[in-house]
Amino acid sequence: MEATQIDLSDIALKIRREIIRMVYNAQSGHPGGSLSVTDILTVLYFKEMNIDPNKPKDPKRDRLILSKGHASPALYATLAIRGFFPVSDLSGFRKLDSHLEGHVTREVPGVEVSTGSLGQGLGIGVGMALAGRLDGMQYRVYVILGDGEMEEGNVWESLMAGYKYNLNNITAILDKNGIQLDGYTKDIMPMHDIKSMVESFGWNVIEIDGHNYDQIHEAVQASKNSDRPTFIIANTVKGKGVDFMENNPKYHGSPPESKELFERAMKQLGEQI
Amino acid sequence: MKTESLRDTYGKELVELGRKDPDIVVLDADLSSSTKTGYFAKEFPERFFNMGISEQSMVTTAAGLAISGKKPFVSTFAIFLMRTYEQIRQSICYNDVPVRFVVTHGGITVGEDGATHQIVEDVGIMSGLPNMSVIVPSDSVETKSVIDYLENIKHPHYVRLSREKFPVINDLSYEFKIGRGYVVKDGSDATVIANGIMVSKALEAANALKDKGIDLRIINMPSVKPIDKDIIIKAARETGRIITAEEHSIYNGLGSRVSEVVSENYPVIVKRIGMRDTFGKSGKAMELFSYFHMDVKDIIDYVIQSLEEKSYENIS
Repeated sequence: MEATQIDLSDIALKIRREIIRMVYNAQSGHPGGSLSVTDILTVLYFKEMNIDPNKPKDPKRDRLILSKGHASPALYATLAIRGFFPVSDLSGFRKLDSHLEGHVTREVPGVEVSTGSLGQGLGIGVGMALAGRLDGMQYRVYVILGDGEMEEGNVWESLMAGYKYNLNNITAILDKNGIQLDGYTKDIMPMHDIKSMVESFGWNVIEIDGHNYDQIHEAVQASKNSDRPTFIIANTVKGKGVDFMENNPKYHGSPPESKELFERAMKQLGEQI
Repeated sequence: MKTESLRDTYGKELVELGRKDPDIVVLDADLSSSTKTGYFAKEFPERFFNMGISEQSMVTTAAGLAISGKKPFVSTFAIFLMRTYEQIRQSICYNDVPVRFVVTHGGITVGEDGATHQIVEDVGIMSGLPNMSVIVPSDSVETKSVIDYLENIKHPHYVRLSREKFPVINDLSYEFKIGRGYVVKDGSDATVIANGIMVSKALEAANALKDKGIDLRIINMPSVKPIDKDIIIKAARETGRIITAEEHSIYNGLGSRVSEVVSENYPVIVKRIGMRDTFGKSGKAMELFSYFHMDVKDIIDYVIQSLEEKSYENIS
């Protein structure tokens, strides 16, 4: 299914509404980084990736690893709306009788690998890309990281490995929203210049607006044609789409705390009341 | 007794496996000449990944390879794998993918390199992980059989080898089975349950004790997890006294596992031989066993001591 631009923004709004519903329902979870990564996931799952919800284990499929596994609401909502499992399952998020754990788990149809502990997804992606090359498969591996996650040493080790093995079948996407749990990333652990840092590790680096569908599309296309591994820096807004959550560290890991705030968020995301 | 290097056996058997199974891949972290994965690297350069001194990257990459249907063997020194405990927990064990950790230089037989390169906690650390099996082979024959067994596993495994050459105690018909202990010498007065190099030391102790009229049973327990409960309970019932011996801390290793089985099922006196809440030390490997009271003489002393104590049944 390939979606048009208008469809994509409709789909993204729908995903955002499900994210808010999930964390409000569970009264826990991570809305901020889920809303910032929504447009990236929308473009990947509804336009770019070779996937089939009816054949989630097809060997030829593209793979996506959400290394920032706390953004599970965004991935679960995307997969459900894309048809991997019923949207009604989302109401069980973070509850004991549900398959939808707080952080991404492999039990969920369409999920490739369990994640949540930061810094490990890029290495797993390197392994998948190496396996694809050994098997002569054409699939692509997408890895989505958070900017706080770049503080983990494991990420930089894996960048070295991606360069060494020249894995041009991998696209890493940094959801650069500038906020981590304790506050603004520039205060917690500032990085002088991620773009030149990653470039100096030998990767093809492209910087884009992570909420602009054309730019996401063009960057992903460019990564498919690159002879090197590609690292897309997507500048995003934490809590995108909900005014009181935007750029607010408080909503990294907290749901709307009242019915009023919940309804306000849903209304802003286009819910007809 | 003839001695053979376990890591050399590992390296050679890996090449054999690689010849017959194209899905076998090997990762190392700049120690392939010591771990002997270098043999595989030479024959199958396209299936060997030297990840550099980057153990976290090595472990997460292995997870990705295993998820994608490859059969990764991951090697480095036991101590250096431990810094990736959390990668192993999350990316390997939680995803429950069959990564084969075969680490060398476990225990104190690294000798002169000293405490920073010796590890006596790894078996306990790895045994605590859900889905992980933990194996400590006693000689090169057993090592070869363990490596063959690893070809078609479905879950993660940790195999711990030591640096020194070990006496060969198993005959060539030996076949490793996960979760099984092996009676290498039957006896009725007391049982020594050992793994790794301590099995050969226990055999030496048994010979010396025979002269004193003590008939020792010796069980080789390569599988620390899952452990062979039946063989332990039977030994407790039939010999009344158990001595464990391992090239590892007595905490959270073989001694602890055996104690758990005994205390929950058939309480008898258990004495544990191993490292006691301490780091290692520089010295010749075999000198260290005597320094840390883990040698043949110590096994003999522990057995005699246990026989001098009243059994629990007699106390009540």
